[in-house]
Amino acid sequence: MASHLDTNVIPPSRQREAPRAGMTWIGQSIKRVEDPRILSGKGGYIDDVTVPGMAHAAMVTSPHAHARIVSIDTSKAKALAGVIGVYTGADLATVVDPCPSFASPPVPQHAMAIDKVRHVGEVVAAVVAEDRYIAEDAAGLVEVEWEILPANVDIEAALEATGDAVLHPDDRESNKALDESFSFGPVEEDFAAADHIIKRRLRWNRSSAQAIETCGVIAQFDPFKGGYTIHANSNFYNFIPFVIGGSLRVSPGELRIVPVLTGGSFGSKVFTHKIIILTGGLARLAGVPVKYIEDRLEHFTNSDSHGSDRLYDAELAVSKDGTFKSLRFTVLDDYGAYLQFGVGTHGNAMAQVTGPYQIGSFAMRVIAVLTNKTQQGPYRGFGSEVTNWVMERMVDATAAELGRDALELREQNMIQPDQFPYMIPTGNIYDSGNFQEVLGQAKEMFGLDAWREKAAKLRAEGRCVGIGVATCMERSVYGPTEWWSLNNRETPGFTLTSTPEGITARFDPSGKLFITLNSPMVGNSPETVVTQILAERLTVAPEDIVINYSDSQSGFNGVGPQGSRFTAMIAGACVSASIKLEERLKRFGAHMLQRRPEDVELRGGMVAVKGLKDQEKSFAEIALTSSFFRLSFPDGEEFDSGIETTAVYDHPISTDPAEDRSHLGIFYPIVGHICHIVAVEVDPGTGKVEMLDYSAVHDNGTIVNPRTLAGQVWGGTANGIGTTLSEQFCYDSEGQFTNPNFAEFAMPTANEMPRNFKLGHVETPSPYTEYGIKGGGEGGRLGAPSALTSAIEDALSNYGVRISALPVTPPILRGLIREAGQSAAG
Amino acid sequence: MKKIAVSVTVNGRQREALIAPRMLLSDFVRQELELPGTHVGCEHGVCGSCNVIVDGKAVRSCLMFAVQAEGSQITTVEGFSADGELHPIQTAFWEEHGLQCGFCTPGMLASAKELLDANPDPTDDEIREAISGNLCRCTGYEFIINAIRSAAKTLRDTENKKTLQPA
Ligand code: FES
Ligand code: FES
Repeated sequence: MASHLDTNVIPPSRQREAPRAGMTWIGQSIKRVEDPRILSGKGGYIDDVTVPGMAHAAMVTSPHAHARIVSIDTSKAKALAGVIGVYTGADLATVVDPCPSFASPPVPQHAMAIDKVRHVGEVVAAVVAEDRYIAEDAAGLVEVEWEILPANVDIEAALEATGDAVLHPDDRESNKALDESFSFGPVEEDFAAADHIIKRRLRWNRSSAQAIETCGVIAQFDPFKGGYTIHANSNFYNFIPFVIGGSLRVSPGELRIVPVLTGGSFGSKVFTHKIIILTGGLARLAGVPVKYIEDRLEHFTNSDSHGSDRLYDAELAVSKDGTFKSLRFTVLDDYGAYLQFGVGTHGNAMAQVTGPYQIGSFAMRVIAVLTNKTQQGPYRGFGSEVTNWVMERMVDATAAELGRDALELREQNMIQPDQFPYMIPTGNIYDSGNFQEVLGQAKEMFGLDAWREKAAKLRAEGRCVGIGVATCMERSVYGPTEWWSLNNRETPGFTLTSTPEGITARFDPSGKLFITLNSPMVGNSPETVVTQILAERLTVAPEDIVINYSDSQSGFNGVGPQGSRFTAMIAGACVSASIKLEERLKRFGAHMLQRRPEDVELRGGMVAVKGLKDQEKSFAEIALTSSFFRLSFPDGEEFDSGIETTAVYDHPISTDPAEDRSHLGIFYPIVGHICHIVAVEVDPGTGKVEMLDYSAVHDNGTIVNPRTLAGQVWGGTANGIGTTLSEQFCYDSEGQFTNPNFAEFAMPTANEMPRNFKLGHVETPSPYTEYGIKGGGEGGRLGAPSALTSAIEDALSNYGVRISALPVTPPILRGLIREAGQSAAG
Repeated sequence: MKKIAVSVTVNGRQREALIAPRMLLSDFVRQELELPGTHVGCEHGVCGSCNVIVDGKAVRSCLMFAVQAEGSQITTVEGFSADGELHPIQTAFWEEHGLQCGFCTPGMLASAKELLDANPDPTDDEIREAISGNLCRCTGYEFIINAIRSAAKTLRDTENKKTLQPA
């Protein structure tokens, strides 16, 4: 380990529950407890909520990528019957302040544009009306006069822009929002000593999560109390009052965010702060509760959740025998018009930037570029899906240049099972793993040897068949230093270090176990996970567990489902809560049984005397007696009525970044590992890719529910397939977003999925989390693009096609084939 | 705007309302009839989450005006389950983990029902084809296909039992 890591000491494990065999509920594919209400149409999504007196908002949005607002005439809109009010950015600014920003120094953003628009779809005015139809009619009557400014579309050209083409001239002279360099370990020496330096320019294009439900808010302002009640499909509702209270000009405690069932997020609904501030402000101005649900176009163009859009110049230093020594790159990232989360997506990628390989040093220069596009937000992988692809591209490139087998090269450089916990050059650790076992299982499941023979035979017949193997990391359970560790060291911004997850648990007098969660359901399975863990620990029947969600005022700490953290974190909270509940159950139960607490145990929903049958009291009896019959127990506060507890679990193992950023500390240590192997056939005439066979093996530590984990892997893989083969946001030279709809932004349907998908699991438990659970919400998208890209390149090896950019849609692939043919001919 | 009377049968119940002629069937069902189980994902006819069954056919309720449904028999997701029992297709989605966020699910159920009503024993490719007009961003579809295959079997078994029973 290089000396720059000497100060990054791994704290001892706080694990209380080691993984064990033969558990009753943990590890079972029970049916989800969330499902019956959702299946019967009673889920309660944001648009299903109505509040009395509610009005509806529609937006007037910018048709231009970059323009000054000369004037806005709202008179015709205001005159329409049914319209309650029409408001511009200047009006909104009388009741709200600019949006919060994790960038430091921040890039200022208003929930509704004032003076200038910086991307197509940015809101310039809003109508509040009796119904949405009228609101939209009125929005069409708002007249805006524009002065068009030069648009920045190209990532490199945007850096050179001057004058009117600069997006934020009051705050920054250029469109460069951040330019920071980092070096971890002896990069210069390693490159100087290398026998080969492999170089590639790699491009990852923009797309986004596009959950089938858009973002929405219902906001009510109470002028007497001065506070807001806001229903929102945000992932992060117990935390955002502290982030956006300032923008809404109320104290966090005056902002009550009520969660709803959420129709998919994949990162896109992590904060949703802009729409909350916008709708909140409108409710305050209009004096009525306001509902605003984005339509699909607004979700594409204004929802601030576009994914990574990066250009890498990467170099890998390799010795003669193929040993990887060092990695470095310069990356430009097109963040769009604003920078809400700073370069958190690059902070995230620092968790596993060197992949599953032993690479001793790493350096990076990251440049955040502002352009006239919708700003970036999270999308499944939060930046690590890109570096996974970059790393795997570099390995394939090395194999090609050294004339080595790419898989053999991977195996040669992989971290070995006895090297964990393994600290990578950035300072993050990989807690545990067995990459060789994952790869071995994947090879076998796929039948790699047989497939290689088959592919060779088919290729000899002139068919373009290829195989791709990707071995990638899946970091989980984030610590929030990733949001700010790459910020300028003089102005790091809000240096948050907590990501707690809390739970409240109470046995009601009938013996039901009532649970309150502080994070919403977004398509993950929070209720199922909690049910399984508490049933395991407390010997309660799953059907006796009832789960509810707090709002931000009634609840406690909760950070929500993101960064593959929720299952591991809530498991920790469940362990803490059940320790306390067990203690209380035993105290009351033992007293009722006239025993000492140490002589009783939990057994099948009872407190029972150890070693004796029939000497037991059911939880229901204990809960009832402890709630209603105080005089049956001794004086003293340890017998205060009722059986209830609130518990919280903090990040199991994290450390601060080094002051000088010589390392970034431990911030994303619970790592899974994935291997995807895919065989494809490319039709060189059309550029169409067909997946012939697909195997994926994931190691997510101890699995709570194999079937729901499989669902996550499948879904993530589908996202990764879309990212690779079909999904790209397209812009013309004027900055018009040309495909913001489901017809032209082509997400995979059932027909585009592989027919022979096989999924396997290895379980290497984490030594740091309870039961050894690791997160598994993002893995599919973290692996599929790398494997598919390799397979396609392999399939087209006869043509000498090299893939350096995603996606590879059929026309793009056709272009590459044509180009390669020409250069071969020339 | 002049309002028009519309009369439809929804989930077996006769419903009448006075509505604007431009009101979409999706909005009519969700807002006027207060049946929010039908979801709106794109409002431009691609995602299929708004699918409801109109006179036996799964249709995009975001592409149809409510007045066009005059006199029709409509089934929404709320009409699938009866007496507190999930419909066999719903049960199969539950058992096979055919949903995650559930937003696409009502539309998937409608497409599945249309398929199985017409074809009680579909091949996997026919199932894929039947739901290829429904976008799901969560599941990757595999478990949905499993669910529909399993529902088909349950429905066939029930049918067989019925015909085997003496009248
Ligand atoms: S909402 Fe009707 S098809 Fe998408
Ligand atoms: S289950 Fe979420 S979109 Fe299908």
